[in-house]
Amino acid sequence: MATVDTGATPATRAWQGASRLVQPARIARSGAWYVAEYRLRNLSKWWGAIVAFGLGNPVLYLASIGLGVGALVNRNGPNALPDGVAYLTFLAPALLATAAIQGTQDEVTFPLMHGLKWERVFYAMQSTAITPTQIAQGVMITAVIRSVFTAGIYWLVLWVVGGFTSANAILAMPAAIVAGVSFACLMLALTVRFIDSQMFLSSIGRFVLTPMFMFSGTFFPLESMPLAVRWLGWISPLWHATDLGRVLTYGKAVPGWLVLTHIAYLLLLGAVTFAIGSRMLTKKMTG
Amino acid sequence: MSASHNVSDSSVHTAMIDARGLVKKYDDFTAVDGIDFTVTRGESFGLLGPNGAGKSTTMRMIACTSQRTAGTLEILGRDTDHHGPWIRAHLGVVPQQDNLDRELTVRENLYIYGRYFGLPRSYINDKIDELLDFAQLEDKRDAKVDSLSGGMKRRLTIARALINEPEILMLDEPTTGLDPQARHVLWDRLFRLKERGVTLIITTHYMDEAEQLCDRLVVMDKGKFMAEGSPAGLIAQYSSKEVVEVRFGSDRNQEIADQIADLGDRVEVLPDRILLYTSEGEAALERIIDRGLRPMTSLVRRSSLEDVFLRLTGRSLVD
Repeated sequence: MATVDTGATPATRAWQGASRLVQPARIARSGAWYVAEYRLRNLSKWWGAIVAFGLGNPVLYLASIGLGVGALVNRNGPNALPDGVAYLTFLAPALLATAAIQGTQDEVTFPLMHGLKWERVFYAMQSTAITPTQIAQGVMITAVIRSVFTAGIYWLVLWVVGGFTSANAILAMPAAIVAGVSFACLMLALTVRFIDSQMFLSSIGRFVLTPMFMFSGTFFPLESMPLAVRWLGWISPLWHATDLGRVLTYGKAVPGWLVLTHIAYLLLLGAVTFAIGSRMLTKKMTG
Repeated sequence: MSASHNVSDSSVHTAMIDARGLVKKYDDFTAVDGIDFTVTRGESFGLLGPNGAGKSTTMRMIACTSQRTAGTLEILGRDTDHHGPWIRAHLGVVPQQDNLDRELTVRENLYIYGRYFGLPRSYINDKIDELLDFAQLEDKRDAKVDSLSGGMKRRLTIARALINEPEILMLDEPTTGLDPQARHVLWDRLFRLKERGVTLIITTHYMDEAEQLCDRLVVMDKGKFMAEGSPAGLIAQYSSKEVVEVRFGSDRNQEIADQIADLGDRVEVLPDRILLYTSEGEAALERIIDRGLRPMTSLVRRSSLEDVFLRLTGRSLVD
């Protein structure tokens, strides 16, 4: 169809009607992708900040913790860490998993606030043939794309500075992405549940992200923590992702059952919390 | 799927909307309390009532975004509980609160909305030109929504609701919060759609809006329909031809009302004025003055839907 202005007024132009124009079956199939298309368009307005954050974050962490703490740890000789690796090698997979999780967390929490509360754009979507489940799926598709981007940049930076010693290190990228998306599913459920709480956004940082960062074996081995607090790591998707990442980036010796547990935990957490979050979203939007 | 449910067959249904015994409850609160109505193709149907009357809840049930508690509701011949997405594909919805994306441009808002209907990009791009022309927003095509005035945002929201060329356009208080000029521009645009044969469902608490736009309306209060008819028919049925409004000061209105009640068919005392319903307004006013009563202000006017509402509920529409 050519873009020609016929000069016709809207009243005289042929009105085909929704029955001819719209194919409900197509929307039922592809609705989630339409939502993702919108999210990507919205994200494109912030691409500068996303790239700067994606690049700046690893550089800052590596320069501060990697060089600073790394110098202290490495001074204690090659056996300072249980696996006898350099501090950068130990830290790299943890930073990669953290970045993926933070990126997807942003990509779920803020769009949900924007969509349900701040500008209520999800309600505009819902007044078309799009369903709340498709909205949840669309947000998650975008979270995956964002995660691929963030983890990709992070992986490259870590590779350039020599953070990986194993040939399997490339697999750490998909592992981090799976962890990011799994955590995003959890955040979907939590955000929908607590969206009306004034404290929600600040509480997420204080009571979820920061403790998770501290107790997931990010900067030191989880095994060096007393048993009384070690469980915090066991329930944390970040620990599972980090430990899995260490297996892949420097060949950390971990029993096979534990590797399977890491993968199963991340997949199960994502599947269960997505099902719950998506159902809660439907209930919230159709009450 | 039966043959009568084919997409292209929706045009054969004369009843665009059919509701029987429709109820919506939230816990103990009954928002909509057993309403029946039918809207036919090309009709412009209004729900008139004060805030909290149940208008928006009724609209949400028609738009398949809120499930009914009891009764039946069919849109284009399909049950809203089982065919929500299919029905919504044929509707245009203008919500009470604009929910445009302020970070995107005017054009982008129209574009993404068209994509939600799965419409091809080439169709949407052509349609955007037409809709911008319709909404008088050609100059604002690449402006961010944030920079638009209230009236422009409202026109954009209406334009957006037309991108799928809906069978039914639903407008929830389309001009609330707009200045008089912006309201008239909007009414003109809505009137054009009506001429084109689009079925309009409008909620409003403005009588002038209902009179301008609606072929038929229901007066709604506390979840129930109080009366139904054309604006002129409702006025003829529930009010007199003319109304005399006189003010004697809030402390004297009740006392004077008793003295002039015999001059008209009916008298209503409001906090700030007395309304005397009569077929001959000027004559009634003269007789008030002949009795030696001196109102601070007086006005003779034609009856409006406001008077109908007052008669039916004992309350004013706009508090």
